[in-house]
Amino acid sequence: MSDRITFSIDGVRVKAHPDHTIMEAADEVGIYIPRLCHMPGLSPHGSCRLCTVMVNGRPTPACTQPVADGMMVESDTPAVLEHRKVLIEMLFVEGNHFCMFCERSGNCELQAMAYRFGIAAPRFPYIFPKRDLDASHPHVFFDRNRCITCARCVRASQELDGKHVFGFVGRGPHKRLAFNSEGPLAETDLEVTDKALDACPVGALLRKGEGYKVPIGERLYDHEPIGSEIEARKAAT
Amino acid sequence: MNESMEAEIARICETHGRSRTRMLEITREVQSHLGCIPAKAMTLIARELSIPRVEVEGFVSFYAFLSDRPPGRHVIRLCNCAVDRMLGFERIAELFQEELGIGLGETTQDGFVTLESTPCSGMCDQAPSALVDDVVVTDLSREKVRDILRELRVHGDPRQLVHRQGDGNNAHELVQAMVHNNIRMEGPLLLTPLNRGEAISKALGMSPTEVIRVLKAARLLGRGGAGFPTGMKWEFCRDADGEKKYVLCNADEGEPGTFKDRVLLTEMPDRIFAGMTVAGYAVGAEEGIVYLRGEYAYLRRFLNSVLDRRRGDGLLGKDILPDHTSKPFNFDIRIEMGAGAYVCGEETALISSLEGFRGDPKNRPPFPAQKGYLGYPSIVNNVETFCCVAKILEVGAATFSELGTAHSSGTKLLSVSGDCRRPGVFEVEFGITLRELLELAAGEDAVAVQVGGPSGQLVGPESFDRKIGFEDLATGGSIMVFGPGRNILEIVHSFVEFFEEESCGYCTPCRVGNVLLKQTLERIMEGRGEPEDIELMETVSRTMKAASRCGLGQTASNPVTSSLASFRGKYEALLSTAREGRRRAFDLDAAVAEAAVVANREPARSHN
Repeated sequence: MSDRITFSIDGVRVKAHPDHTIMEAADEVGIYIPRLCHMPGLSPHGSCRLCTVMVNGRPTPACTQPVADGMMVESDTPAVLEHRKVLIEMLFVEGNHFCMFCERSGNCELQAMAYRFGIAAPRFPYIFPKRDLDASHPHVFFDRNRCITCARCVRASQELDGKHVFGFVGRGPHKRLAFNSEGPLAETDLEVTDKALDACPVGALLRKGEGYKVPIGERLYDHEPIGSEIEARKAAT
Repeated sequence: MNESMEAEIARICETHGRSRTRMLEITREVQSHLGCIPAKAMTLIARELSIPRVEVEGFVSFYAFLSDRPPGRHVIRLCNCAVDRMLGFERIAELFQEELGIGLGETTQDGFVTLESTPCSGMCDQAPSALVDDVVVTDLSREKVRDILRELRVHGDPRQLVHRQGDGNNAHELVQAMVHNNIRMEGPLLLTPLNRGEAISKALGMSPTEVIRVLKAARLLGRGGAGFPTGMKWEFCRDADGEKKYVLCNADEGEPGTFKDRVLLTEMPDRIFAGMTVAGYAVGAEEGIVYLRGEYAYLRRFLNSVLDRRRGDGLLGKDILPDHTSKPFNFDIRIEMGAGAYVCGEETALISSLEGFRGDPKNRPPFPAQKGYLGYPSIVNNVETFCCVAKILEVGAATFSELGTAHSSGTKLLSVSGDCRRPGVFEVEFGITLRELLELAAGEDAVAVQVGGPSGQLVGPESFDRKIGFEDLATGGSIMVFGPGRNILEIVHSFVEFFEEESCGYCTPCRVGNVLLKQTLERIMEGRGEPEDIELMETVSRTMKAASRCGLGQTASNPVTSSLASFRGKYEALLSTAREGRRRAFDLDAAVAEAAVVANREPARSHN
């Protein structure tokens, strides 16, 4: 295609569709830029900030920034990697993430991201917030302790399910996921088949009765780190 | 009861065209009728506006002035910004609590008063201050607090608390506030009398592109603090494709220590509105909106009367000054009230708020000049910037830019408060040194000055010869003076706490970073800090600055980093290294306290 523009990521020349974001362009050529709040098929949110890259020397989220001809993107530099580590550690200490008994363990993107970055334990003290959970729904369980407010369920419910089951209330550190009802989750029109449930990157939104279904060794991130599926595209070309 | 609530809410939503863009108005009115916005009311508002209920709840919970729980008959909000804290907030807060028998955040049993604290309400030059419902009370003393509560019990009308009105338009019949302007230095540009139609008639005598060229020739930079070239911003908006365009005035003056926009709104509304009208002509907009911070609600009726008068004089509305232009030019302005959210001073958050959403900043690009309010190209400028625009049209670009420095042309309004004998508003030329300013304000004893509010920099005497200007010490106007004996770390703490409270919570670095900075700083202040804690704060700050989504998060660590640069010794004096193998940050007694209760025994002390 002749209408493609050219830019560079870490010195590698990349051809991209002019309507694409940096992340989409990078994905296409097998360069993985870490992300948690972004999910293909949903509008970009730009909230986790893990995909922060340097664009012509300025920090910019790759998931929302459109590519431009001649743009110089740096993603794999010590400074950028350090920011990403700090952000992952922030997400861990902000909530209560008990990987050892979480049923999303091994399939959890936050956990996988920590492994990818070699984070054994966060350097910041845990905040240990007191958070509640909602088990009112017959088929769905919500645990706020593990929610990272990435808004993937919010967007998936709107954009994929054509509903509005989720939203946010409160602000700052008190910002939290809320349901579209005066009461608990059971009073919303959430159904167990909703795609919103598949959008959760962590163990906050879970279908009941499915816990630990996949044996250890066969889970999504048991063998290859998160992002490998994208990096495989590079190997293929 | 429910039936009447239903009818009431339906009527209010109907009055506002059942439009989400009037959420700020609708929720404010519902609250004034019902005392609060209870869960049921949110459901009804959502139904009337045909929007998801969770978004109404999200909206209400975002703004500090909106509540889902019934408050007392009166809400008293004590300003707790750093300056108020220095000038007696604690004393006044204690007295209120004593007299009312409640703590902050509580309501008296008889439902008389709810007592709260609120971030800077723009009255630092007459601190301590408070809001009694919409009424501002200033220069609070023990006697005044007792009088306020006694009188309020008798007549229940906060407006009657104003016994002596302030100067200028503070005494206007539609304002009647005890607020003082405290204009200490009337500058050559902004605080001068004006001919109400002059700027507009001169603009209409030029083409819109010529008007923009004049602003560029004057080298006008935005006065809100970021210093973006105004002419360029307008040009982007003018060149953008859009069925219509909007001119938005940022009157959400929320940076602690800033109150100069309040004085402009009180004394120079005509110049602000003239500047907005010129903007409408230049960018091709027919509608302007002033986003006025909730704390300045007492100015609303007055400002609306000025708008009415301007409509009557043919300076607003249909066919403005027809003798000066060949093509009819229409432009009108309305005022929308904010509801207590500092982040809404960020231009894209302001737009979200006006659209009826939580005040979350938006992703950029697109920039507001391309896609702003409701997706239409929009410009957002500060109150003072619009005044500068009007003045540039009045006197010409050359006269305007004669003043100031090569990089920062013109004058700047500064709000000076804290440890100085002449707090108030100063119109100074850019390029004035901090030392000169401190002399003018009689604050020569200063040991530290916060330039640009909490999001600015804390500088010590070694920086007092630096100049105010975008090329050196940039400021949106806040100058807080700290005299000998002030505890620097306490000041930093109040700023960090402010940002933690005012973060919108959208992005990780700001939402979590502020909490980590506050906790670490508190540990240091309690004497449990270790040398590594400084490193921890610097690490967190670096990521907040680089990775945050908007200016709030990008600057929220400035109090920590700038005080570490200028006053590192104050931190280091409190640090010590723990015995080998121990972390001083870890409080074993506290950690086992809960278990000790369960086990019904006292924990052994002094593990540290």
